[in-house]
Amino acid sequence: MTTPKKDFLHSLWDFFCSLKLTMFLLIFLALISIIGTVVPQGAIPEEYIAQTTPAKLKLYKTLGFFDMYHSWWFILLLYMLTVNLVACSFKRLPHIWKIITEPVTLFSEGLEKSLTNVASIKSRGETAKLKEEAFAFLKAEFAEPAISEVDGTWHLFAQKTPWCRLSVYFVHLSVIIIFIGSMIGSLFGFKGFVNILEGETASSIMLRSEKEHKLDFSLRLEQFSVSKYATGAPKEFKSILTVLENGKPVPGYENARVIVNDPLTYKGLTFYQSSYGNAGNYFFTVTDLDGKNPVSLTISGESSVTLPDGSSMHVTDSVKDVSAFAGDLSGPAAQVELHTRNGKAESFVVYANHPELNLQHAKNHGTGPVIHYKGSEERMYTGLQVAKDPGVEIVWFGCILMIIGVYAAFFMSHRRIWIRIQDGSVTVGGNASKNQGAFQQYFDGLVERLKSNLDKER
Amino acid sequence: MTSSLLFNITTFAYLISMLAFFAFLASRTKTIGTAAMLIAYAGLFAQTVAIGLRWKESYDMGVGHAPLSNLYESVVFFAWTIVLIYALLDIKYKYRVIGAFVMPFALLGMAWAQLGMNTGIEPLVPALQSNWLLYHVITCFLGYAAFAVACGISIMYLIKAVSEETAEQSAGGLIGMFPPIKVLDDLNYRAIMVGFPLLTLGIITGAAWANYAWGTYWSWDPKETWSLIVWFVYAAFLHARITKGWVGKRAAWLSIIGFAATLFCYLGVNLFLSGLHSYGGGGK
Ligand code: HEM
Repeated sequence: MTTPKKDFLHSLWDFFCSLKLTMFLLIFLALISIIGTVVPQGAIPEEYIAQTTPAKLKLYKTLGFFDMYHSWWFILLLYMLTVNLVACSFKRLPHIWKIITEPVTLFSEGLEKSLTNVASIKSRGETAKLKEEAFAFLKAEFAEPAISEVDGTWHLFAQKTPWCRLSVYFVHLSVIIIFIGSMIGSLFGFKGFVNILEGETASSIMLRSEKEHKLDFSLRLEQFSVSKYATGAPKEFKSILTVLENGKPVPGYENARVIVNDPLTYKGLTFYQSSYGNAGNYFFTVTDLDGKNPVSLTISGESSVTLPDGSSMHVTDSVKDVSAFAGDLSGPAAQVELHTRNGKAESFVVYANHPELNLQHAKNHGTGPVIHYKGSEERMYTGLQVAKDPGVEIVWFGCILMIIGVYAAFFMSHRRIWIRIQDGSVTVGGNASKNQGAFQQYFDGLVERLKSNLDKER
Repeated sequence: MTSSLLFNITTFAYLISMLAFFAFLASRTKTIGTAAMLIAYAGLFAQTVAIGLRWKESYDMGVGHAPLSNLYESVVFFAWTIVLIYALLDIKYKYRVIGAFVMPFALLGMAWAQLGMNTGIEPLVPALQSNWLLYHVITCFLGYAAFAVACGISIMYLIKAVSEETAEQSAGGLIGMFPPIKVLDDLNYRAIMVGFPLLTLGIITGAAWANYAWGTYWSWDPKETWSLIVWFVYAAFLHARITKGWVGKRAAWLSIIGFAATLFCYLGVNLFLSGLHSYGGGGK
């Protein structure tokens, strides 16, 4: 008598052994994966939030749609696929293993009936002689046969590449290996980002999780440059980097070139060219309305400074030559944003070659100050993606195994030939695990040659 | 002789070949079928030369790169791979009629590329300057082409299966020309047997490239995800054959759905979704 508990385990096993489940999982995974290609993943863009009702946003958030490939239910589906894969393999493997290791060497009537490729050759030769002939023939033309005698009837059996029946299991194993590799990567690896100014040195990076990660070496950006095609399209983004240990350059890692598609790897960390920008200085002179009390100001990058009257200012944009935007003007110009002490904010353009316009603007707005732009000094920074992934080799191993396995599963075939010799009649049977059509032709040819061989000998 | 003239000749050859295949279907005249196939071969030859010539022309312009860098070049290459896979199938199995269901895909691609797209040779942006581009694009597109051929065969399968169900005897006329239903089923499987390993290689080379260029082999960007969706569908197709109740018409439908997903992965993602893959920008 079986207990209910055992019944439950039994049906759970059957459930996971079912190929119907495989079909369901594969198709369901295909369908459900579409969601994450339509709904934004990770940081949700402002426009998306504006276009979507709060109720829908909340629902999607609860369901994990904004990070669906890491949501518990998606991971659960992948686990179910894995369990299904393992269960199916365990269920079928013993049978396949038996076919490989314990081949049916006797060519019985029952086996003959189950084969699609069977041929009989009538021959008046002696059984012993025929046996020798057939043995030599199979050995030369196909594979060395096993030979046995039962009640005066001789059975020959030969096979080719029986192990290729296992290739499907290697494909399935490779899926699991890839999962393992990706898990190791996410547990023991990290992804991050670092910006370095020309001439400066970075010794830590910012992780995706917004945590700072200290490096046990440092990295100096010697130079960053952009080159362009004649059409103006970008041709190359190039960072020249030096790796430093205890402040000293590491031999072989001095002035290393990093461009898109050609990263730098040091101590298991890889640095990829990812973005760039200008963090240089902007120069201004600020005066009173009557031009007195000039003060020089330098604003670096996106930071802001306090003017003599207590208001604060920062640069939002700048050009080297304004004539492209305003035909009658020339020279450098900067768009600045001014926050006065009483909380007012305004944004306007100041010029290097047109002090009168700067004065006009100040006058229109009352008491000054007058802001004159004096140009900028370029200082590039490079943005590098940083990654460490100790699981990646395992993933590649899985991928290679998968390719070889799929190839062997599709294009190799376990082929078997049986011959029975009995009272001058020779019966040949054959079977292939794949590509039946091609095997049938091969089999017919083989039988033809065997026939003429046996005829010749007489 | 310029590559663009040769591409026009190719398009014309595919058009004539397709019409000849239709005429072959209607007339059941063997010579017309042979002629249709020969014209397709001639088109394939012209296109091969044209692709080589365009490659050379890009070097003459000083921006040398394989002609696989934007939407125009990829659609042209896609058409080429479709005819190539079909030609191989024809040499091996000699079922001419299949051409009537495959050549339209190739013609559609060429016509769209020649008439609707900017055909200029452009320099490579930094993101695409890698040999991985070549391995990745070639494997993916050969896979896609095999799926296109499988889709054409599946359509034939469904037409034949439905007509055999409704008609008492095996129908004559057009459908009588189709290979037997078992053969179509087998050819469908064979085409996918070629396509699936190539798609797998395409996804893997893409992942290897991403890892080399950005440090992540998989980032669930829409293009990657759609390629995985396609892979799931064809994996389902492969397992359908060993599952009771899934053989025959359902498997043919899976093959058609798989190709629809392939097309979306190739074009729809660029046209409707946003992501890291930059081919979409190469259009108009
Ligand atoms: C839920 C997961 C899966 C299960 C339970 C499963 C199960 C099976 C089974 C039972 C077979 C037949 C083996 C035989 O003939 O003895 C098979 C074949 C195969 N499986 Fe899977 N499989 C799964 C997922 C996958 C995946 C993700 C791939 C992706 C590469 C794959 C690739 C193959 C291939 C290539 C074959 C050979 C098909 C053929 O010969 O036509 N399987 N699978």
